[in-house]
Amino acid sequence: MNHDAYPDNYIRSILNSVKSIAMVGASPINVRPSYFAFKYLAQRGYDMIPVNPGHVGKDLLGKPFVASLRDIGRPIDMIDIFRNSSHIMPVVEEALTLAPLPKVIWMQLGAHDDAAAEKAEAAGIKVVMNRCPKIEYGRLSSEISWMGVNSRTLSSKRPPAPTQGMRLSLNRMSVGGGDTAASDRAAKNKSEQS
Amino acid sequence: MSDRLPGFSTLAVHAGAQPDPTTGARATPIYQTTSFVFNDADHAASLFGLQAFGNIYTRIGNPTNAVLEERVAALEGGTAALAVASGHAAQVVVLQQLLQPGDEFIAARKLYGGSINQFTHAFKSFGWNVVWADPDDIASFERAVTPRTKVIFIESIANPAGSITDIEAISSVARKAGVPLIVDNTLASPYLIRPIDHGADIVVHSLTKFLGGHGNSLGGIIVDAGTFDWSTGGKYPMLSEPRPEYHGIRLQETFGNFAFAIACRVLGLRDLGPALSPFNAFMILTGIETLPLRMQKHCDNAKAVAEFLAGHPAVASVNYAGLASDKYNQLARKYAPRGAGAVFTFSLKGGYDAGVNLVSKLQLFSHLANVGDTRSLVIHPASTTHSQLDDAAKVKSGAGPDVVRLSIGIEDKEDLIADLEQALSA
Repeated sequence: MNHDAYPDNYIRSILNSVKSIAMVGASPINVRPSYFAFKYLAQRGYDMIPVNPGHVGKDLLGKPFVASLRDIGRPIDMIDIFRNSSHIMPVVEEALTLAPLPKVIWMQLGAHDDAAAEKAEAAGIKVVMNRCPKIEYGRLSSEISWMGVNSRTLSSKRPPAPTQGMRLSLNRMSVGGGDTAASDRAAKNKSEQS
Repeated sequence: MSDRLPGFSTLAVHAGAQPDPTTGARATPIYQTTSFVFNDADHAASLFGLQAFGNIYTRIGNPTNAVLEERVAALEGGTAALAVASGHAAQVVVLQQLLQPGDEFIAARKLYGGSINQFTHAFKSFGWNVVWADPDDIASFERAVTPRTKVIFIESIANPAGSITDIEAISSVARKAGVPLIVDNTLASPYLIRPIDHGADIVVHSLTKFLGGHGNSLGGIIVDAGTFDWSTGGKYPMLSEPRPEYHGIRLQETFGNFAFAIACRVLGLRDLGPALSPFNAFMILTGIETLPLRMQKHCDNAKAVAEFLAGHPAVASVNYAGLASDKYNQLARKYAPRGAGAVFTFSLKGGYDAGVNLVSKLQLFSHLANVGDTRSLVIHPASTTHSQLDDAAKVKSGAGPDVVRLSIGIEDKEDLIADLEQALSA
C-alpha cells in the first residue's frame, strides 16, 4: 500500500465495513481532537471503545474506558491510534497478539510509523496512516463540504436525504475531484524531516 | 475510475456541487436564510463547539457559499476555502489570523491601488505595519525581513500594468524567513496561474473580477493551500494556541491541513462579520462554470488589442506581458502559458490630455473603476484612481499622466480594435 496517497475506494471500503473501533488515546476532555472524533464516529453508528489507562473507571459518552486492547475482551474491527508517532509500535505489537486480529489499524493525522505499518500489513491487516477517520468520513459523505473543504470528489448522483442520527452516509457514488498535491507534498516533507 | 483526476473545466462546472439531496435540484439552490434549525440540543452544542460539521448561521457558513468555497479550493489546488463579502474583506480576515499589533508584513509595491490604501492606512491603524518591496528585485524582499515579519503578500499578475511576479523566487524568500506567502490571484484566476503549484501558502481573490466575471456581484475568497506548519515557535497563536473563544481548542491540531481556512471562518468571519450574500455566491458560481472559456477569450482578445496598440503611431508604449518584446514575457511564458491576462496599460504620446480625450471618445469601452468584466473597460488612472498622488508617485506606481489602463472583455476583437482606432484618431 502506498501510504502517501490512499485511493478513495480503499478508505471508503474500510469505513463502510468496520463496525467496532477501539480508540487508543481517547480523551474525556471535550476540546481534544480525540474526543471530537470519538463522538462523531459514535454518532455515525460505530461501536466505539475508548482505550486509555489513565481514565479506567470513567466513561466516555457512556462507554467505559479500558486500559489496553487486551482488556476489551471481544473481537474489534479497527484500532484508531490517537498517539504520536513514537508511541505507535507498542500499540501495533499489542494488536498483533489479539485473536482474532483486527482488520484495520488506523493512525491519526500527524502519526506514522512505516516499520509498524509493515508489520501489521505482513499479518494481513489494512493500515491507514496520517489521516483522521472523522475527516475522511466527512469528506467521502460530502458532509465536510459544508465547511468549504475540498472533498476531492465529484458526483452527479442525488445523495441520500439526511435522516436523524445518520445525517449523511457513505452511501454516495463519486469520482475523484480536485487534488491537494501541494499539501500532500508538504506533509510528506515534514514527516521525512521528523 | 474513482481516483482519476478530472481536468480544470470539469472542476469549474462540478466541484462542490452535487444534486440537492432533498429536492433533486441540479443547479445549486440559493439558501437565502440567516439561520439553520438544529436537530436537538446536543447537535446545537456540537456545532457551536466545532465538534460537528454543519450550518448554524449565515455569518459563519451557508450551503450556497460552501459550494463556491469548495469549487475555488478545487480549482486552486487548495485544501479548503472561505468566501467573504469582497476581496478587501478577504485580506482583512487573512491578516487578522496572522498579525498582532506591532507586527510587520512585506508587500510587493505593485498592487491594486485599493490594497495599497488598505495596507497603508487602515491596517496601520490596527498596528499591522506594511514594509514595501519591489517584485522586480527579489533581494528587496530578503532585505525587508525582520524578526517581526509575519507574512509576505504579492499579486500573481500585478496591477496596474499586468506585470508577472516571480512567485517561486519570492516563495523561497518566505520559506527561508519561516513565514507564509499570500498571493492575490485576482488578475490571473486559477485558469492562468495556480499560485499554490509555485509555493503559495494562501491564495486570495476578489471574486468580483474574472471568477464571477460578469461585473454583477461583489465577493472575495481565501484559499488555504494546507502547506504551512502554523505550530512552530508560537508565531501564529490564533492557530497554534488554545483559543479561549472555543474553550481551549487548538485549531491546527484539530483541523490539520485546513486549519487556516477554519480559523478564517470561526475566528475571522464570525467576529469581524463580512459575510457573502448567498445570492452573490450563486451569481459567482454561475460565472465560474464558464471561467475557462471566458478567460481564454479575454487573453486572446487582449493580445490582439495590445499588438494593435503597439503598432499605432499615437501610442508611445504598451505594457503587456503577452507581447514578445515585453520585459515580463519570459515570466509570462513560465507562469501563464495560456495567456498573460487581460489587464494592461499603455501610454500615449500626447500625455495627460490625450488620455482624457481617448477615454471620452471610446464608444464600446466603458469608463469605470473595475476589471475582469465581460465588457471591455478603460480608465485613465492619473485623472481618477491615482489623482490624489503627486506626479512622481503616479509614475512610480505605474500610473503616470500619459498612462491608460484597459481591461479587455470578451466582445469581438475587431470591434474593440475599431473602437480604439476611432478614439485615437479623433
